[in-house]
Amino acid sequence: MGKTIAEKIFKAHLVDEPFGDVSVLKLDRVFCHEITTPMAIQDLMARGKDRVFDPDKIKAVIDHVSPAKDSKTALQGKILREWARRHNIKDFFDIGHNGVCHALFPEKGFVRPGFVIIMGDSHTCTHGAFGAFAAGVGTTDLEVGILKGVCAFKTPQTYKIEIIGELADGVYAKDIILKVIKDISVNGATNMVIEFTGNIVDEMDMDQRMTLSNMAVEAGATSGVCLPDMTTVEYLWEFIKNQYKTRQDALEAFSKFKSDDDADYAKLKTIDVSDLEPLTTFGYKPDNVKPVSQMKGTKIDQVYIGSCTNGRLEDLRIAAKVLAGHTISPHVRGIVSPATPKIFSQALEQGIIKTFMDSGFCVTNPTCGACLGMSNGVLAEGEVAASTTNRNFIGRMGKGGMVHLMSPATAAASAIKGEISNSNLFCEQGK
Amino acid sequence: MKEFKGNILFLDRSDINTDEVIPAKYLTEIEKTALKPHLFEDIKLDGFNPEMDIKGKAIIVTRENFGCGSSREHAPWALEVNGIHVVIARSFARIFRQNMFNGGMLAIELSEEQINTLFKEFGNSDTQISVDMEALEIMIQSKDQTQKIDFQISEFDKALINTGGWVEYADKHY
Repeated sequence: MGKTIAEKIFKAHLVDEPFGDVSVLKLDRVFCHEITTPMAIQDLMARGKDRVFDPDKIKAVIDHVSPAKDSKTALQGKILREWARRHNIKDFFDIGHNGVCHALFPEKGFVRPGFVIIMGDSHTCTHGAFGAFAAGVGTTDLEVGILKGVCAFKTPQTYKIEIIGELADGVYAKDIILKVIKDISVNGATNMVIEFTGNIVDEMDMDQRMTLSNMAVEAGATSGVCLPDMTTVEYLWEFIKNQYKTRQDALEAFSKFKSDDDADYAKLKTIDVSDLEPLTTFGYKPDNVKPVSQMKGTKIDQVYIGSCTNGRLEDLRIAAKVLAGHTISPHVRGIVSPATPKIFSQALEQGIIKTFMDSGFCVTNPTCGACLGMSNGVLAEGEVAASTTNRNFIGRMGKGGMVHLMSPATAAASAIKGEISNSNLFCEQGK
Repeated sequence: MKEFKGNILFLDRSDINTDEVIPAKYLTEIEKTALKPHLFEDIKLDGFNPEMDIKGKAIIVTRENFGCGSSREHAPWALEVNGIHVVIARSFARIFRQNMFNGGMLAIELSEEQINTLFKEFGNSDTQISVDMEALEIMIQSKDQTQKIDFQISEFDKALINTGGWVEYADKHY
């Protein structure tokens, strides 16, 4: 019997199988941010174990509330900053260099196919786009990861989701992942790894694959993995060119983690997306999903374009294409938050930021802020947001607020119209 | 080992997420005790009043996919500082469940039928549960009746409870 990519990665990292069904894995990366790490640091200090297993494998960023909005968030930043200095963690990204963790760390070349990665953040599954096993964990798992460089997982089962067909204009990776979550439900992949395959995934660039993998956790999945291919190699090439003679050599090395043809899957599903329309959520669960066409007339107060789901350059480019030549509705507050300084800078150079500003958007620095209702665009009671983020939970962007999740194209179109709208109304979308 | 007995808080809904357990705006706290007054502050559950209903409760009984969403360990901590060390559900989100055992707390999964019975027969009365970790048995007691239900947890989960959590376990073994 062949093996899945998750099984191969587990085998390559196995430290211990204490009770048969649990695998303790060696970690290649422990990512840290200022919301979940300070409590781990303080606990380690209280235990007299203020140590790190390997400062080069730990990467840290202040991203959730940046710049600090009050004394409490300033203290969280301070604890993380001083810890990074104390332990010589060189890859620590503070203000001016910081961005949303799941956009910043891939951009820095910290993720490789076959890696095992944990972070105290549920959207760590994003890094599965590179063919890594990347999982969100709590603070205790993070603490042990920092101290010992290991984490325990149940031996994974894999849900293979094949995405095939031809995408219509104005339909994107975000619409596909909303369709997946709608079909399998918010706990359809609990305790499983989702493996995304099919011609649509093969044709996606890394930004799109990260959007897909990012929301695997909204279906309960431990990680959402795309198999490494030449697109992965091209993205990583500037970071790995000294390790491999040619791109082909790198591809061969990464391919050893690819799932075998006769691998054993717990579940299989094929989704033909040829007839897929742009989608959005209603209600308070990410599997409450409807076509945008059925949500016409839903008035909105705020549009937010950003986050680890859809704050990358490709996302901003697509939204700007919809916005070009239009101004947003006077009843709508438009907020765009490029996910990293590099994305911000490229969007400036390419005129994307100017398009946003000309249309009436406010441009913020890279931060997670509004997505989880912490800063930079919190909703008031009774307000409605059209958002490119990943969670529509009650109160998520502010107590008593309603969030509709959608693609950057749909969010931009909705900003112009002042209500949830299809992007094809405003521009001819390229593929 | 923590104490696994006391009065039940019934939460009759599936998919209660960790934003509902403890909203993100309290994640700026760096002391667990600061979470205490905010447990279930934003929960969407008809008739539920956090200020009245949480006090004196030690065990939650709920339905499917409890603790979905954010990985925040602040969710089990918010339960812990309110004296709740056990959640009994039809199923859990992976990270939440692991966070419970990592902190030496207990997450028990029962069948849909068993959960239905708990709601139907005990949901409207003052009910206490005590958990026997040796026999892996829950004893449910109300004024009118007593029931016993067996449950399963893995050997690893048991080891985490017995050692006090994952930090202690990992420190001993790795």
